[in-house]
Amino acid sequence: MSSRVEILNDGGYRSDGRRQFELREVTINLAQQGHADGSAIITHGLTQVLVSVFGPREAKMRSQTIHDRANINVDVNVAAFSAGERRKRSRGDKRILEIASTLKSTFEPVVQTTLYPRSQIDVYVTVLQQDGGLLQTCINGTTLALINAGIPMLDFVCAVTGGVHSTSPLLDLTTLEENDVPHVTVAIMPKTGKVALVTMETRLHVDRFEEIFRLAGEAGKVLHREMKSAVMGRTSALVDAMGSQGTGIDRDGDEPMNTA
Amino acid sequence: MDQITIKKRPRSEAVITQRKFFKKTARGKVIKVLRERYLRDDVSCGIRGCIACHSSLEHSLPASGAPHPSFPNGHFVLPDTNIFLSQMDLMEATLFTPPIILLQTVMEEVRHRSLALYNRLKALTKTDDKKIWVFYNEYRSETAVIREENETPNDRNDRGIRKTTEWYNSHLQVTRPPIRGQAPPKIPAVVLLTEDVANRQKAESAGITAFSMKRYVESLPEANQLLDLLAVTDSNGIEPTRASGVRQPLYPEYLLTATLAAGVKAGKLHQGYFNANQYNYLEGSVPVPAFNKPVLLIGRENMNRAVSGDIVVVEVFNEKEWKAPADEVVDQDTTLKNDNAEESGDEGEESDGEMAAREKRLVKFEESARSAERQPTGRVVGIIKRNWRAYVCHIDSTSLTSLNATSLAQQTVFATPVSRLLPRIRLRTRQAPMLIGQKILVTIDRWDINSRYPEGHFVRSLGKVESKEAEQESLMLEFDVRYRPFGKAILDCLPPEGEQWVVPLKDDVNPEWKNREDLRQLLICSIDPPGCQDIDDALHARPLPNGNIEAGVHIADVSHFVHADTPIDNEAADRGTTVYLVDRRIDMLPSLLGTNLCSLRPFVERLAFSAIWELTPEAEIVNVRFTKSVIASKAAFTYEEAQIRKDDPNQQDDLSHSIRLLNTLAKKLKEKRMKAGALNLASPEVKIYLDSSESSDPIDVEQKELRETNSLVEEFMLLANISVAEKIQETFPQTAVLRRHLPPPKANFEKLQDILMKRRGIKLDVSSSRALADSLDTCVDPQEPSFNTLVRIMATRCMLSAEYFCSGSVARDTFGHYGLASAIYTHFTSPIRRYADVLAHRQLAAAIGNSPLHPSLHSKSHVEHVMDVINRRHRMAQMAGRASVEFYVGLALKGKNEREAKGGGVKEEAFVIRTFRNGLSVFVSKLGIEGLVMFKKEIKFDAENYTITVPAPSGEVTIAVFDKVSVNIQVEKDKNTQRGKVKMSLMSPIDSSDL
Ligand SMILES: [Zn+2]
Repeated sequence: MSSRVEILNDGGYRSDGRRQFELREVTINLAQQGHADGSAIITHGLTQVLVSVFGPREAKMRSQTIHDRANINVDVNVAAFSAGERRKRSRGDKRILEIASTLKSTFEPVVQTTLYPRSQIDVYVTVLQQDGGLLQTCINGTTLALINAGIPMLDFVCAVTGGVHSTSPLLDLTTLEENDVPHVTVAIMPKTGKVALVTMETRLHVDRFEEIFRLAGEAGKVLHREMKSAVMGRTSALVDAMGSQGTGIDRDGDEPMNTA
Repeated sequence: MDQITIKKRPRSEAVITQRKFFKKTARGKVIKVLRERYLRDDVSCGIRGCIACHSSLEHSLPASGAPHPSFPNGHFVLPDTNIFLSQMDLMEATLFTPPIILLQTVMEEVRHRSLALYNRLKALTKTDDKKIWVFYNEYRSETAVIREENETPNDRNDRGIRKTTEWYNSHLQVTRPPIRGQAPPKIPAVVLLTEDVANRQKAESAGITAFSMKRYVESLPEANQLLDLLAVTDSNGIEPTRASGVRQPLYPEYLLTATLAAGVKAGKLHQGYFNANQYNYLEGSVPVPAFNKPVLLIGRENMNRAVSGDIVVVEVFNEKEWKAPADEVVDQDTTLKNDNAEESGDEGEESDGEMAAREKRLVKFEESARSAERQPTGRVVGIIKRNWRAYVCHIDSTSLTSLNATSLAQQTVFATPVSRLLPRIRLRTRQAPMLIGQKILVTIDRWDINSRYPEGHFVRSLGKVESKEAEQESLMLEFDVRYRPFGKAILDCLPPEGEQWVVPLKDDVNPEWKNREDLRQLLICSIDPPGCQDIDDALHARPLPNGNIEAGVHIADVSHFVHADTPIDNEAADRGTTVYLVDRRIDMLPSLLGTNLCSLRPFVERLAFSAIWELTPEAEIVNVRFTKSVIASKAAFTYEEAQIRKDDPNQQDDLSHSIRLLNTLAKKLKEKRMKAGALNLASPEVKIYLDSSESSDPIDVEQKELRETNSLVEEFMLLANISVAEKIQETFPQTAVLRRHLPPPKANFEKLQDILMKRRGIKLDVSSSRALADSLDTCVDPQEPSFNTLVRIMATRCMLSAEYFCSGSVARDTFGHYGLASAIYTHFTSPIRRYADVLAHRQLAAAIGNSPLHPSLHSKSHVEHVMDVINRRHRMAQMAGRASVEFYVGLALKGKNEREAKGGGVKEEAFVIRTFRNGLSVFVSKLGIEGLVMFKKEIKFDAENYTITVPAPSGEVTIAVFDKVSVNIQVEKDKNTQRGKVKMSLMSPIDSSDL
């Protein structure tokens, strides 16, 4: 049975006009969101996630206090309107819990938690819109929010989803593509080239896996450049803002990415 | 390797790059769908040497386009969707050579409209001799369009196509700037091809060159041949649009689709397949569930442009108007002999008026004569689905206005389909004189209310009439037989060892031996017709110590080689069955499997699927088991050899004993079956003797002989099929692949019962299959042994045909096989040549835990779909086989005529099987053919008593159904259509040549 939409047509185009190794547009907004210590709104194509980080702060519950390092709590919330089918996902939803625990285990070794014993770092992830690559967006958003909050990390964590249509690898899949092809999400740490995470929900032939794994890693590096320049931009904007505060002149011509 | 990049999607274009829509799922949920689109500047125009795009060399279009009288600088064509939907034959023609720009929008629209045409289109883009560039216009920033408010998807696509044409033209300008000091560059044109007048006007006002297909082709040098391929569409209809033009429509308009659906739902209208009457072209019928007799459609107007095979909706007339079917042979060729193709359809024309009047008279005359056996009558009020395809035809030479072979004038001519069930087709051609005497393929394009005949176009010539190649190909086309050679992807599924493949040595590592029993030492043999290469089955039997007998049926293990959902499997599923023609076999599986690796040849080891029973000496089943096995057949007998061996008392070896044992059991099995009410039905089977395999000229025709050993094999195959059916039904109650034969409706027998009673005083009891079997046995004429066979043949024609079905799709109490008197049945024993058997093998293998079942065989809808396909293929294959026999019988008769050099035809005995107002239908059992004897002079016809009375020199002679007559058979070529026709005339009791 052939699906109604061609995943990769004879001309080498995907259903949204991209070629195999083209990632979707990325937009990053690192502006202040509410009371969070650091936050990020990131979109990959039409998938959009808001991540807010609070902390490090004193651990509130005794049971969650770890004496030699900070505890990272991750809470994921999917907006009812985010996916095609409008429905409320409860916090106990298995898929949501899975994303939360994946985020926690991905970031625990990267965040320098030992600097903050007996404290906690809270990460709140809100999924605003979904069109494939949800996990990759959550990871990249969390990286940015943590950095934005000034929490020391060993490296960026950059994630990209890759899939295989027949024998052709594809990067950064949309929902339509995820429904049709086996795929993996790979998160790397670009400085060291280490792999922070590999997840796969569908079966994929081992020969194909090797190729897509390598490609997704490469794509992570490309994404890293984008994320880094956003962070630099934010930092210089803040420096400028502090400078202008001294002069008492109000700026209205903010950076584009700063306008929420 | 390609660079990994991030695509930017500028915010300002969000309207065009982002789409949100809502759709409803099958379960009724509303889903919000978000899609984005990345527009690019690197979608290549595909024209060689373009300085702006990087066209890869192999697929690109020539830089200067193609020459055309209207475009001195060369041109490219850019067809819209409808061109591909309606003019695919033309696009595929080798003579149609201009470089084509195929838009993504067009491809997608074609795909939505017709998957079959889409597949043809895709194949076309891959053909080497076509210059086609697929341009992804929806992804190029300059050519992408977005649907505007209040714009239909159709209009949006048309606009996109126009925009792209515009872009191409300016792109060609921009990329070829004038260079100072040089002649201005030649800029080829990009021509929009569309049949839509409004679209052309819009294009022209935007400065785009737009042509209709007709106008475009007319100016090409090959116009004569190409114009013939042009399908008839609204803009180029055959009818000359005359100014006076208020013509009386010949047919009523169809009702709206919604009205039809509502009518059928409310039970006021009825839906069914339209069946044309092969004896009378002015009559057709539509079987519908609401009546137990089909709805009769009398006359052209009531048939209202339905063509055999169409799914139609009929309105049934008031019961007062119900009638009996005609008792007259009405031949289209004779009645419409002088109809003029050029003028047909114009009621004002004199000749046409006469024609209509003659037809009316024929219908009228019939009506007055009808009495008994009334059945519902009605008229077609709408068409649900046309099943038009390409038909094999001859050109009617009398319809030509000019026979001059060099004349290229366009003429409108009649094409007469080979099948008697189809109407004549009007078509326009410039090659008419050349096509006389050829078999040609013609497609119907449309049938208007103003046109007496459907209009079509010429597709291609198959070759000279009566040449074997043309006849064979036309037969396969006519019955939709898949006869192309197997493709590479399919052949790649075969074992790489090819002919050298052998069963590997027995050990634990070779997967062939896994879950397989070693039955190589058993005395297994096969019994088949002479020359059989695809040996599906082999048997064995041996006495057991407890006095019982072990009998085994071993079937070729095709499913070991053909795995589910592989190219070879999909092809076999599509072919459905091997087709046997007299001089050719069209295999379902590549011959490496069919005639070698799977064929259970003697003296070699082969993989098999075995059913092994323990039977009592009275042939009662004690138990049965199934296993995959390795066998080594000890002998391959013909039926005759096996019979001789069995009957020869000197043969006392184990193999001969085994055959005798099988034979004894088979006789008892048959006896039990007959007691249960199995029918011994007959169909005329004849054998054609071919001169040699090369010339394949038939020497003689004779009836097939049946021996005891035929029955031996048959009984064990039935036993195996029944046992397997029980097993797979038990394991997979929802999706088991089974075969059934529904009991015939009693009404089907009414006429035969009446004839038998009136002519012979015999009562035919059809209350049950047992009763029918018994009363068929009493239909004997001591003087005439073949009378019984004749009655059986006629009874067979009253039955329904057996069919494959999915066990979960029908009620449990309708599983039965009427003809075999078995409660359940399937096909297991011929997997090399029937696809149903392959599925049964897979299900049986899963049922015994040998291998897991492919998910598709757990899906009811999938199995149902496959059953539909193979039922149809099975029917078509039977008809193709019969038609092939008929063709050769004709050739044999012709040859005999010529050899005996008297030219008077062949004299044969025949039985009358039906009487008509103006003739007789007779059956020549020796040749297995049926023919018509027509009388030109007035004869007396007694419909009540099934007799006709003919004047003779010695008074009058009355001939009745079942009478034995002798006929003179000649093969005559119809002067008009060049169609070889078997012509019969009576020799005795009276010579009918003057009548
Ligand atoms: Zn170009």
